[in-house]
Amino acid sequence: MSREPRGWMVFTSVVALLLTVLPLPGWLDAMRPEFVVLTVLYFSITWPRAGGIGLGFFSGLALDALEGPVIGEHALVLSTVAFIAVWEHQRIRSKPAFQQSLIVFFALMLYELFLFVVDAWTGHPNTDARRWLHMLTGALIWPIAIALLERGHSPR
Amino acid sequence: MAFGVANSSLPGRGPTPGLRFVLYSILAITLMFLDKREGWMEQVRFALQGTTYPLQLAVSSPSAAWGWVRESVRTRDTLRAENSKLRTRLRDLELRTMRYEALASENAKLRGLSAALPPVAQKWLVAEIVHVELNSLRPRVLINRGMSNGVFKAQAVLSDQGIVGQTTHVGPWSAEVILITDPEHAIPVQVERTGMRTIAVGTGNEGELALPYLPGNADVKSGDLLVTSGMGGVFPQGYPVARITEVHREAVQPLAQVRAAPLAHINRDREVMLVWFRETHPAAPVRNAQADLPKGDPNAKAQPTPPKPKPLAPAGGEAAGTASAPGQTAGPRQTVPAPAPGSAAPAQALAAPAQPAAPPPENRE
Repeated sequence: MSREPRGWMVFTSVVALLLTVLPLPGWLDAMRPEFVVLTVLYFSITWPRAGGIGLGFFSGLALDALEGPVIGEHALVLSTVAFIAVWEHQRIRSKPAFQQSLIVFFALMLYELFLFVVDAWTGHPNTDARRWLHMLTGALIWPIAIALLERGHSPR
Repeated sequence: MAFGVANSSLPGRGPTPGLRFVLYSILAITLMFLDKREGWMEQVRFALQGTTYPLQLAVSSPSAAWGWVRESVRTRDTLRAENSKLRTRLRDLELRTMRYEALASENAKLRGLSAALPPVAQKWLVAEIVHVELNSLRPRVLINRGMSNGVFKAQAVLSDQGIVGQTTHVGPWSAEVILITDPEHAIPVQVERTGMRTIAVGTGNEGELALPYLPGNADVKSGDLLVTSGMGGVFPQGYPVARITEVHREAVQPLAQVRAAPLAHINRDREVMLVWFRETHPAAPVRNAQADLPKGDPNAKAQPTPPKPKPLAPAGGEAAGTASAPGQTAGPRQTVPAPAPGSAAPAQALAAPAQPAAPPPENRE
């Protein structure tokens, strides 16, 4: 097993954050996948020892600073999702691409559901239906995302 | 047992994923608690906002550059057309303000003041909207002015057409503005035609506000102008907010469903204005102790009560009758004449006109 690509992890997370705050026209913005979640999922599955949970926590904190109503919300939810991904990494990794997309779809659904619950709990409920749309696009671009993310490190 | 399984699959250094996860979640929940309940995280948020601002500027730079390019290659004709349009507008505005001085002094005379009041806006600062996506679900914008420019939390943000919103989080060089169309935002307004006060709540849709607290028989109609009422401690009185677009009344519903369209159009290319108001001006926002801070503002003082009219000695009985009139109209009885001036001490009734009138005399008998 080769060494974890720490620099690549940080670099791709920053790129994912930039993509998250990139201004887009309204209809495209509603469909924007959660790049940060996809990145955290990728590193949690591929490099379970590289600290995917920590990556989830800190990129979640950055998301909170950028857009969260409460600091710690995205950090909590993303580290939870990362933990589940690390937990199940062997089972997810062995699946073909299509099934992985399906798993990512459910992971994103879990992420949004947790966010929804925490939103309601902290008194910022948001029942806009558009918030669930990114699960679909996220699952669709997952094969492309892993193809891109794999390029930055030596094959394991 | 499950923790053991995960551990065995991950031989290596550091704590197990389970332990890491528990530690990080405790940290995250503590952060959330401190931010939400105690409000201690303002400093952290301030620092985070400072560190993320360069990132946001970098993201917004392509569109800013594109805007600059578009601005600099405009043709002579478009500039000319715009120039003449602006000239016309300037002339219109000058004509409108010509009578302003005269009206201000006339108003001062009517109010019994020796000199005209200065305008309620003391100072303003133009801020540009930074082209960055804050949250697709929450209508918020980022502006390029922050604490270094003296911007404070819950400051009114206006455009040339009306109220835009208020600042929520102020960073060192940037500030987040919550728009009036945000579902978490409510602005105290007043129907300009009738003076009726209510609250306009954001709907989350761009260009729509809801007025959910108007009774079914309220005197509102489509086209009415809503202005700020000066309550709530953020916005001063009398600034335009929205125009009512739709009034829907149903006989079975106690409340009317009223929609309004904000006057300020917030598109991405626009500049907004941050305004500082004279605290002593009568139209300045009323800041009361419980206004906008969960802990209460230590410097806030209760609004001084306006001076009560002195009871005139000969007309004491009549004054007492008029003072207790609101209480009587609210009560069910109309037949009982005004109580004798002796029984309901007139000075006392005058001292507290807002309280419900003295108990009905028949109970006392």
